[in-house]
Amino acid sequence: MGGGGVLIVGYLSIIVLLPIAALISHGLSISVATHGSGWAFWHWHVSFGFKTFWSAVTAVGSRNSIWLSLWLSLGVAAINAVMGVAIAWVLVRDRFFGRGFIDSVIDLPFALPTIVAGVVLLAIYGPNSPIHVDLFETWMGLMLALLFVTLPFSVRAVQPVLASLDLESEAAARTLGAGGARIFFSVVMPSLWPSVLSGFGLAFARAVGEFGSISLIAGGIGRTTTASYYIYNLTAGFLWVDAAAVSTALLVISLVVLVTTNVVSRRYQSRLL
Amino acid sequence: MTNTSKWTLRVVVMSYLGVLIGLPVTFLVVKAFGHGFGAFWSEVTQRDALDALKLSLEVAAIAVPVNALVGVGAALLIARHDFVGKRVLDTVFDVPIAISPIIIGIALVLAYSRIGWFGAPLARWGINVLFTPLGIVLATMSVSLPYVLRSILPVLLEVGDDQEQAARTLGAGRFRIFFQVTLPSIRWAVLYGVTLTIARTLGEFGAVLVVSGNITGVTQTLPIYIFDSWDQRFDVLGSYSGALVLALISIGVLGILAALKRREKKLLVDFA
Repeated sequence: MGGGGVLIVGYLSIIVLLPIAALISHGLSISVATHGSGWAFWHWHVSFGFKTFWSAVTAVGSRNSIWLSLWLSLGVAAINAVMGVAIAWVLVRDRFFGRGFIDSVIDLPFALPTIVAGVVLLAIYGPNSPIHVDLFETWMGLMLALLFVTLPFSVRAVQPVLASLDLESEAAARTLGAGGARIFFSVVMPSLWPSVLSGFGLAFARAVGEFGSISLIAGGIGRTTTASYYIYNLTAGFLWVDAAAVSTALLVISLVVLVTTNVVSRRYQSRLL
Repeated sequence: MTNTSKWTLRVVVMSYLGVLIGLPVTFLVVKAFGHGFGAFWSEVTQRDALDALKLSLEVAAIAVPVNALVGVGAALLIARHDFVGKRVLDTVFDVPIAISPIIIGIALVLAYSRIGWFGAPLARWGINVLFTPLGIVLATMSVSLPYVLRSILPVLLEVGDDQEQAARTLGAGRFRIFFQVTLPSIRWAVLYGVTLTIARTLGEFGAVLVVSGNITGVTQTLPIYIFDSWDQRFDVLGSYSGALVLALISIGVLGILAALKRREKKLLVDFA
């Protein structure tokens, strides 16, 4: 790999690997002690503080916030999976004035800093709402913020696949007498499922970890405290070990969802081929 | 597709995008200029706002070049060399954007602050990352890590190494090959990745909030100033005005990305 490679690995260790290792080790309260005289590894005594981890994760505030994040993220990923297909369809198959503009608007939630997304939503759906829709400190406000930030993932996962589909099989279905809905569900959707699913996984993972866009609209009351907000509150109270424990649990949840959607989507894809 | 269903779909999609993106962005502009342009201008030029903007730019000035160099280096390594752990290296780059920025912040604190793994030796050298600009730089570097690599790698794989091989047989050295053969073929991809990195760097909030301690004038970046204006100082206009400045930067970024994508239609991938 050479000198450059060593530098890159060193850099990655400093800004990613060592911090994540430190987080998990604090979260699971892993401690390493030596007994006996030497420093060789067979003298090491590694202990897990599983009780500390478990009590931090199952504390009432933690459980409630994790549940809130889970069902919000599932709902948001599902809604945007449906809307993602609809938007991708309009962008790929429809022709109308301003389509290019709409196409670049889809990227706006990605380019916009998350705190700006939060302020933008409060400008219309917050207290003093100009249209009298006040979603401040409600789960609907949280949902709107999460739908906003995850939209590009859902659309961009599906769009290129839809664009690459062969129109011939749809035409064949039509000559055999299939209606629009039947063609969509039995000819188009089977090839779209893997990409819809991977968009679902990406949107879910993003929603579970999201903080900036919901930090203002959540308002800081218990009812709207998501997992990431709860973890932030712990750090504000300097409860770093509890924060690390809940973070570790959240990491495991996101990892499980990402790996599952990936595996299912791949398996489905290989069955198609 | 029948005409009715076509129009239904159009209306549904447009309404969704309108409610979610169009209306909110419009009303941000309305609110920011709600008390006239003068009020907006005095908000964005007040001391704390300018200090925050300055810190954001300084952090970007360090994080962007470092991540650009690392991204180019890693892309060359992954595209042109075979080594053990290549897939792992490739995956590690995506870790920071796959997990919550709040968690990144906590992870950095637990590694490098006084309560962290390396806190004691670092403190002896006078290095502390909690509530300091150094912490902000580290957090920002971490969350903006993969964009240059992800933009360049597909292009490097697509163009292949034929021209580089030819240059080598003609006797060109490694640096000459890089600057005269490789770099020209990936320059637009590099620019694309750097633009994404700048956008993420200026906008990062969660990871920076955890490590920064939010000290006005010392560790307050522009996104944190926007949060603080709303949440702590009840200066709603200040919050709208700062948000509009960052939103305009983002729209500029989108414009640059769209122009680059038109230029290299096939090679540049969508980032989301």
